[in-house]
Amino acid sequence: MAEAKFIANDKLTAWLDELSATMRVLAPTRQGDAMVFAPYVPGQNVEMGQEATAPPKSAVFPASEDLLRYDYRKNPEDLGQVDVELLPTITPEPTLVFGSRPCGARGFLVFDRVYDGAKYKDPYYLARREATVFATIACLQAENACFCHSVGSAPGDAAGSDLLLTPLDDGYVVEAVSKKGETLLGSSLLAAGKKKAAQAKKLREQALKDMGDPQDFGPAKDKLLALFDDMGFWEDVSAKCISCGACTYLCPTCYCFNITDENSGLTGRRVRSWDNCMSFQFTMEASGHNPRPTKAHRLKNRVGHKFSYYPALHEGIIACCGCGRCIKSCPVSVDIREIVAKAMAHQPPAVEEAAK
Amino acid sequence: MTILTQLKEQITAQLPKLDMVIGWERGYDALHATPLFIRAAEDVERLQIGPLAVHNTATYLTGLKNKKVGVVVKGCDSRAVIQLQQEGLINRENVVVFGFPCDGVVDLTKLRRHIGDIGRVKEAKASSSELQLTLDGQEQQMALADVLADKCTRCRFPNALVHDHFAGTPREAHAATDDYPDVLAFESQPLEARFEHWKQEMSRCIRCYACRNACPMCVCRDHCVAQSRDPHWVTQEDAVREKWMFQVIHAMHLAGRCVECGECQRACPVDIPILALKRKLNKEIKEVFNHDAGVDPNAIPPLLSFQVEEENINERGW
Repeated sequence: MAEAKFIANDKLTAWLDELSATMRVLAPTRQGDAMVFAPYVPGQNVEMGQEATAPPKSAVFPASEDLLRYDYRKNPEDLGQVDVELLPTITPEPTLVFGSRPCGARGFLVFDRVYDGAKYKDPYYLARREATVFATIACLQAENACFCHSVGSAPGDAAGSDLLLTPLDDGYVVEAVSKKGETLLGSSLLAAGKKKAAQAKKLREQALKDMGDPQDFGPAKDKLLALFDDMGFWEDVSAKCISCGACTYLCPTCYCFNITDENSGLTGRRVRSWDNCMSFQFTMEASGHNPRPTKAHRLKNRVGHKFSYYPALHEGIIACCGCGRCIKSCPVSVDIREIVAKAMAHQPPAVEEAAK
Repeated sequence: MTILTQLKEQITAQLPKLDMVIGWERGYDALHATPLFIRAAEDVERLQIGPLAVHNTATYLTGLKNKKVGVVVKGCDSRAVIQLQQEGLINRENVVVFGFPCDGVVDLTKLRRHIGDIGRVKEAKASSSELQLTLDGQEQQMALADVLADKCTRCRFPNALVHDHFAGTPREAHAATDDYPDVLAFESQPLEARFEHWKQEMSRCIRCYACRNACPMCVCRDHCVAQSRDPHWVTQEDAVREKWMFQVIHAMHLAGRCVECGECQRACPVDIPILALKRKLNKEIKEVFNHDAGVDPNAIPPLLSFQVEEENINERGW
């Protein structure tokens, strides 16, 4: 990889102006009391001091997208016969996600195994993924809800990013992580940063140390499966959940989608939109049968998917990046760490008896 | 005896007759309380009340039909209990209400405006007038009044209006009347400016429906118009039009029913100030029907009743 560079604080805006001339730049933007990734407007002051309220998930996986447009055409020769014309719509836009945290960028590594796997390739996802570059800011201070170090990541984790920026007092050390990232380092606004790279590394290591000991969620895979039929356990841990979808929509690793046809007369669009396992319609069958009829069943799915079913299919990798948004943005502070820990500590009554 | 001790005693005494009692406990950090479901005697010890106990415990009641449930309530929470009772949505005999006088709750969004990032607060101590925080090794102190939820500063009903058990001594109301100055100020702007405000605010909505699910009066739950597929009223698009449509429906469904507990706005992960919409409709309801939602268990909500001639609607005189 190329040598480390440095961008001074007072040149950051100019660099972003430069970058945004050739591609869409999404950067943390204050909207009301929230911070969201929005298209960068030249000259804009980008705020990178705190984790954005919503992750940059929609950059690659939009909240809703047209998969195709369709037109029904009546055959003039035979009015009873209707032809349908399909127009696929894949229109990726070269995009730079600037200022996400490592967790926000790393989330797509969980997506990749599903949408870019050996068995299935999702053309819509792949086109956007290919067109998107991540310039990530290393975290130097974790928040109370953060637990990236417990799911195989770290506050300075570069996995999933193309550039890693580490904040120093006077600017950022900019290091390329991928070939894609390297192509962004040509700007004359960037100074040599090799000497500062060691300091940046030290800061990242300190940030990880400051997080304390990680929790070991490895055993959760089997423990959660063993609890699958213990609805008492799930009713207990989901009692306060209000079954909204804030946790899933804010999650950088939640990838479930729903498909609906939005008709207007003889034309329409097939729309893919974020689905949400907290919703009563999630996996509801056409017959009306719902395999997940209560919020306890739904939360079991959310926790189980991330910490058990996904790891079982994907070499033990946990489908969670530890960003903590599901905890801090939950209206009732449901804490997924606590649920997994409870599951791991759970002793079925029969086992207790046998141990006596 | 403190109010908390008194509450714990009352709950302990009633618990054997109940399936659960819903209150609050400390959440994942010092700033966040979280709803507590007390099922066993030892759970009672975890109960907390005070300015960080923000959630409306009555929100859970309609999901716990056929259970004997105790709820610990602030004034606004108690209004939700009353409103649910008025509408026949709960069986009051199955609900035991533990009330107390509320000094107001902290709006964490306001606190964020005050101190910046609230994600690293290590300690928080709240009294009835002050909030003291430890953040990045420094202590910060502020007047509770500066970070109280707006609903609390104009609260006319701080004491539980309905209760089977009451702990402490009823306190004075924070305000005698509510003349909706916020709504009037907003309405003084041109229509275009108001619409622009809502378009901008709604653009960051993530359609998670936390506003709906946190609302104690949003009882359609699995039949919500926003997600109904047959008929398919609202598309699944990530479009302002759909998001706005839902908020308007939500507000209309709550006209004369909203107890202004503010849970919709508090629950919003992207801080959209949606309580304003419900306040607007409540203002209209107050003017036309002179009705306050969730105050009198025997009142009939105006939109659940019909009178040939409404007192304040002079349709024959037009």
